[in-house]
Amino acid sequence: MVRIRESTVIDAPIEDVWRILRDFNSHESWHPAIAQSHIEDGMAGHAVGAVRNFRLADGGRLREQLLRLDDVAHELTYCILEAPLPLHDYVSTICLKPVTDGDRTFWSWESQFAPPPHRAVELADLVANGIYRAGFEAIRQAFASQPRRVMRPGEGSARSARPLVSPAPAEPLPAPALSRPVATGPSDQIGAIVVDRHGGPEVLALRRTSLPPPGPDEVRIRHTAIGVNFIDVYCRTGYFDLLPIPGTPGMEAAGVIEATGSNVSGWRKGQRVAYACPPVGAYAQARNMSPELLVRLPDDISDEAAAAGLLKGVTASFLTQEVATVRPGDIVLIHAAAGGVGQMLVQWARHLGATVIATASTDAKAAIASRLGADRVIVYSREDFAAAVMHATAGHGADIIFDAVGADTFDASLTALAVCGHLVSFGQASGPIGMREIGGLASKSVTLSRPNYGHYTDTGKKLGRQVERFFELLRRGVLTISPPTIYALSQAAQAHRDLESRRTTGSIILDPSRD
Amino acid sequence: MTHVYVSTVIPASAGQVWQVVRNFNGLPDWTPFVAESRIESHQQPDQVGCIRNFVLRDGGRIREQLLALSDYDLTCTYSILESPMGVENYIAKLSLTPVTDGNATFAEWTADFDCPPERAAELVNQIGNNVFQAAFNALKKRFGR
Repeated sequence: MVRIRESTVIDAPIEDVWRILRDFNSHESWHPAIAQSHIEDGMAGHAVGAVRNFRLADGGRLREQLLRLDDVAHELTYCILEAPLPLHDYVSTICLKPVTDGDRTFWSWESQFAPPPHRAVELADLVANGIYRAGFEAIRQAFASQPRRVMRPGEGSARSARPLVSPAPAEPLPAPALSRPVATGPSDQIGAIVVDRHGGPEVLALRRTSLPPPGPDEVRIRHTAIGVNFIDVYCRTGYFDLLPIPGTPGMEAAGVIEATGSNVSGWRKGQRVAYACPPVGAYAQARNMSPELLVRLPDDISDEAAAAGLLKGVTASFLTQEVATVRPGDIVLIHAAAGGVGQMLVQWARHLGATVIATASTDAKAAIASRLGADRVIVYSREDFAAAVMHATAGHGADIIFDAVGADTFDASLTALAVCGHLVSFGQASGPIGMREIGGLASKSVTLSRPNYGHYTDTGKKLGRQVERFFELLRRGVLTISPPTIYALSQAAQAHRDLESRRTTGSIILDPSRD
Repeated sequence: MTHVYVSTVIPASAGQVWQVVRNFNGLPDWTPFVAESRIESHQQPDQVGCIRNFVLRDGGRIREQLLALSDYDLTCTYSILESPMGVENYIAKLSLTPVTDGNATFAEWTADFDCPPERAAELVNQIGNNVFQAAFNALKKRFGR
């Protein structure tokens, strides 16, 4: 969830500012971004439930609904119903307060919304600057160019707030209009993990919840196997801002299409599919989602393999061929090689002709990495891996390092790197990496990458390229997926505990049919 | 219940202003009307529940108890236990809010209390102007351009 909070001081009395802002359709006359606006269904501009339908100067059309109008507190709250941008779950509040020593107005404009993560920064900037600050400035100009207290005639019950007031009885407010009901069909009851607050594994509790029919652009998927990934831990704790609260985590699953929305083409009921992408919501018996990033499962790829391997296989695909390019003869160091992505990386880097050095925390995990084809395995809890890499490579170091361990390994990884080497830092299982001085990277002409899964998989075309490579290597037996550890959906908390304590090797999946 | 509300804009960041006003024992440092202050029972001034015992420049003694302190919301709530003002059930709250489009702070100070009806106007003026506004003026001067 992104939160925006902007505020300013307007040099005009609160009742004058409020008289303008409390009219939900007035933005047409003062906000520079709005070209034209009207209130739907002939409702009044201060009727709670009113919907304003407006066109932006750039042509985009939005619909917003007034949820709350408070003439005592000088507050109004509204939400977006439709927008050309993914400002999901956008709710905003405008609040005015009097500055009593000068008869001015403090104006705060706040909102929260859930954008796709890769657009969070851009959209937060748009809302804070393009909408809120631009609005502040426009109102400020309006008052600067007009004599004080001569704005439009009041049309409602805006009450003056004088300095040092004693309470006066509130005047009656206009009767609220009923908000328009949103069309919904019958909902299904499903079991889902619902997180009410960010926190430890204990926040993952199974609930009965209702799932509405898919929207016009969505499909309903009945899950058969759900992947558990470390990114789910980051979502659960709030380290990544991808899980709206309350919400259902999980970004990877396989299943069967059960229903399709009216605008959906190219997908039909009964198709086997899998996905590994936001938005979250996989820890459930079924869900609705846009089919844009769905992958059709070929007959020779099992649901379990897809749920256990899709995200990791896609990750290994773009890490080895797009973030870094692994070439024959490269020396590649792979940390946590017995982990989910680690196992894929070892096999994939070997397939591309690299010499693979792997690290693991225990002998048992080291054995797994060896079995997958690692040329040398270092048990880093016992051996200084940077020194071991230098020793094994006769002082050359690793050309490419894949490091998702983070805090514990970052500095030593730089030590283990060859001249002109490439450190790909794609996770922080041991904790955030923190601040670093980048000047020292010149001592080896280091290339440092910090890839984001979304940027390599956020279109059907990009994702399709990774999936094709992955399925092809699975079919040819180049990649093997060790049998995943299976938990019931209701045991998601235990699955997270085991994942975080590094007790597991390979993949974890949740089986929704066991509940 | 009588209500007092005073607000102002101070030309400094909310963090800077909060550093000054969060000290429950700091009135002599930043207000013009408090001569000396101490915290009773060897407690710390940010210990919720602590009592400040202070003497006004005009000689009056007041005891106030800290009821809430938030470094997150930048708010401080307290009650009067003893004072020469003749108010009952007095609870006051001082809040700071950043003004994000400039280096400034919106400060609010409210009080609610019971008193004989004929004294309400006088007390509202006394508390609103001579206490809250006077303290705000001192802050504005302290951080003044």
